[in-house]
Amino acid sequence: MQQPLELPVQQPLGDAGTATEGDSSTSGNPYAGLVSHLRAAWLSGKTRPLEYRVAQLEALGHFLEERKQDILEATALDMRKPPFEAEFSEVLLCKNELNEALNNLSQWVKDENVDRNLATQLDSAFIRKDPYGLVLIIGPCNYPIYLLLMPLIGAIAAGNCVIMKPSGVTRNSEQLVVEVLSTYLDKDCFAVVTADVEGTTRLLENKFDYIFFTGSTSVGRIVMTAAAKHLTPVTLELGGKNPCYVSDTCDVRNVARRVAWGRFYNTGQTCVAPDYVLCSAEMQEKLVPALREAITEFYGPEPRDSPDFGRIVGDKQFQRVRALLGSGRVAIGGQTDEKERYVAPTVLVDVQPSDPAMQEEIFGPILLIINVASVEEAIDFINSRERPLAIYVFSPNNKVVNQVLERTSSGGFCGNDTLMHVTLTSLPFGGIGSSGMGMYHGRFTFETFTHRRGCLQRSAGLESINALRYPPYSTQKMGLVRAATSIKRQGDCTLL
Amino acid sequence: MGRMQEAVGRARAAFRSGRSRPLGFRLQQLQSLERMVREKEQEILAAIGADLRKCGHNAYSHEILGVLGELALTMEKLPAWAAPRPVQKNLLTLRDEAYICPEPLGVVLVIGAWNYPFVLVMQPLIGAIAAGNAVVVKPSEVSEHTAQLIADILPQYLDPVHVRLLFPVPETTELLTQRFDHILYTGNSAVGKIVMAAAAKHLTPVTLELGGKSPCYIDKDCDLTIACRRITWGKFMNCGQTCIAPDYILCHPSIQSQVVENIKATLQEFYGEDVKNCPDYERIVNKRHFKRIVSLLEGQKIAHGGETDEASCFIAPTILTDVSPESKVMEEEIFGPVLPILSVENVDEAIEFINGREKPLALYVFSNDKKLIKRVISETSSGGVTGNDVIMHFFLATLPFGGVGNSGMGSYHGKHSFDTFSHHRSCLIKNLKMEGMNKLRYPPSSQKKLDMAKFFLLKRFNKGRFGLIILALLGVVAAVVIKVS
Repeated sequence: MQQPLELPVQQPLGDAGTATEGDSSTSGNPYAGLVSHLRAAWLSGKTRPLEYRVAQLEALGHFLEERKQDILEATALDMRKPPFEAEFSEVLLCKNELNEALNNLSQWVKDENVDRNLATQLDSAFIRKDPYGLVLIIGPCNYPIYLLLMPLIGAIAAGNCVIMKPSGVTRNSEQLVVEVLSTYLDKDCFAVVTADVEGTTRLLENKFDYIFFTGSTSVGRIVMTAAAKHLTPVTLELGGKNPCYVSDTCDVRNVARRVAWGRFYNTGQTCVAPDYVLCSAEMQEKLVPALREAITEFYGPEPRDSPDFGRIVGDKQFQRVRALLGSGRVAIGGQTDEKERYVAPTVLVDVQPSDPAMQEEIFGPILLIINVASVEEAIDFINSRERPLAIYVFSPNNKVVNQVLERTSSGGFCGNDTLMHVTLTSLPFGGIGSSGMGMYHGRFTFETFTHRRGCLQRSAGLESINALRYPPYSTQKMGLVRAATSIKRQGDCTLL
Repeated sequence: MGRMQEAVGRARAAFRSGRSRPLGFRLQQLQSLERMVREKEQEILAAIGADLRKCGHNAYSHEILGVLGELALTMEKLPAWAAPRPVQKNLLTLRDEAYICPEPLGVVLVIGAWNYPFVLVMQPLIGAIAAGNAVVVKPSEVSEHTAQLIADILPQYLDPVHVRLLFPVPETTELLTQRFDHILYTGNSAVGKIVMAAAAKHLTPVTLELGGKSPCYIDKDCDLTIACRRITWGKFMNCGQTCIAPDYILCHPSIQSQVVENIKATLQEFYGEDVKNCPDYERIVNKRHFKRIVSLLEGQKIAHGGETDEASCFIAPTILTDVSPESKVMEEEIFGPVLPILSVENVDEAIEFINGREKPLALYVFSNDKKLIKRVISETSSGGVTGNDVIMHFFLATLPFGGVGNSGMGSYHGKHSFDTFSHHRSCLIKNLKMEGMNKLRYPPSSQKKLDMAKFFLLKRFNKGRFGLIILALLGVVAAVVIKVS
């Protein structure tokens, strides 16, 4: 079934009450009004009561239920996202997160009592979960609903006011967020802005109490630099080249399917997709035909005609990905069509570390294969590069899996599969080094947008014990203090 | 510059060698640190004394005690903290291993401060070592005796390649051009911004322990004698140079004079008639800060104290009354032995006053009314809180210690240090077999496949035989469904 790819006409965007277009020609602060309006809403305390947060989250749930078709259509228009993928990633995974929040929020918001020491035995000591205030969420283009809603759910659950900036690359999804999503939420406390690069820079000049950014490493640096001016804490979900080591003793068929699925899902535009495979030449000889078989199994003989294979999200991005096809040698695929922004599911072999394809994250449906003689060589290769968002290892031998795990560093790790660690909400999702900082999903999203405030509530009594700390000091007092210190070493308690 | 590059490079090579990762190595380093603190106690006390004119007793209880406590806690709990943490699984991952693995970050930079020069270097250092990192330490050059001492003794106890204290102390901005894997900075907000901006270039996460004006609200309904004694202790310890000192008091005008009298009486109790010659009273760290604090007194109503002596950087414990919110003393963190008292009519006004200013590092409330304290906490924001006392939340290691907004980001102490200096790596280990389940997600897609995916994803299970039976049954169903479609 062939669907012509409709490139949408650029529409002027929605109602000024919900979206603010960043006018790059004005000097001054075009977002000042919106920011102060939301900040006033924050100071009024409106977003703090549990009932309010639950109501807003339930409204988000209605959006996902009622507007499912709109989401599927928007993402289909933007990047020909296959309906299964759109429903799974953009709707289902969000519902998952939403359920997690709604089921557990009353627990998450509670004060956490902590163990006390000898001096505080009669006191109340707990960690209070305070919202930060006004937070900014910047979404990317590859999962335009999913990667905006996931942090949004946690930000609302944690009691904050939110300004969202969806990606301008995926115009239809952006429009959906601006015109539809915003109507489900309280306009006083949640706003959507649209902005180009210049506009985003202006937006970042404002003071936020937290910034959550998903996107490229280079823009991540810009966001953090802007945040530094206001001492705003940040979570940066960035990217990198995720290596995938395949040991010699693997059953290629299952490996090929799992790797192909992870690579070509969403037309390769997934931050945790396997970027390049490391394996021996012998394994490569078996893997390439297996990959070919898996691709045919998934998308048929002509992936271009498959409703389950999408397109690159924009022209600029298409050109970038196409340029990478010059690296190495095409073993599978390699076909492109500029009008459709189609890049066939492709496997490149004989790739050298110096090739262009190895200098940047692929973020497209191209899998590279690089030969290594051993797992040690694979580990050294991985460790000589920037730390990625994910590392994948395929081996029936758990020792090999653990070897790579223990001797490398990455945001997350999955043995014998790809992508799946991201779908388990009890696992925190985030990067390290240039692949990012901070983590979220499930409870971790709530904690991301929460200031954990240490509180000690003392009694007015027992002032005589306090007397130990007051001047004037006598040797007697010091003796008591020191004696208490040595008692502490054997037991569980600390004095001060 | 070359020296710094070399120091950081060596630390990185040391980390890459993998030696600092095994638990045994970390525990051994921590044990050595403890020996250092005990064996070199006199030298440490002397150095702190030289930097801050602090008597041995104070130095011991302010700095050494806390460090020993942190070491003991960390050594005891480290195996538990460092162990992989299994997580709850869903039906899709029922047969897999899913856990969070705490891992070291790499090379950590600790930037110390001069006001508690030993503990503010040691406490972060303990956490960084416990988490398995290599560490580079930049102490404050203002507290030069302590910096010199630690530079001398640290290599005698710790592996000098893994832990390196930079002495002579390099310039901060130059040092920050190097790449680190985490930076913990203790100091002021202005430099905090510079640290974060420099860290942004390398995408280095930061923990910033900054400052601010920590307010202290005294309710009419409280034991004023006890409240004022505790406040006096926290305010004037270290001559007011404590990031979580109660910076200013808010109270009803009718109790203001009583507050002043109580504090005066307590000061007498603590330091005697001649505070200048009392060995328990410290000095301002240097002339620059001395001048800064003295200038805050201009035009103020001094209810007590006010005597100064530039030669010795002495400023007497000073109380100011009827202070205007717009005055200079209310603009910046005082960081000195000057205590302004401002009038508020009631707790609402106090809350409004506090919320009209930058979020402080600490917040203090004195009241017999627990509900009132609860209300102040709930309606304000601060790094931490102590009710009916001051400072003490710092000493409870199970509480995260850190700021919010202008007073900082991130936290540490105890396990929070370990977590701050660790990367929590998500690990999912699946089996290469059991491909049947995976077929649900592979193209070509179908409604049936989607419905089954929904079912598996939206349920959660722990390990259990019941779950396994269901899984097996569903696996069979899934295989049949796919075959049919």
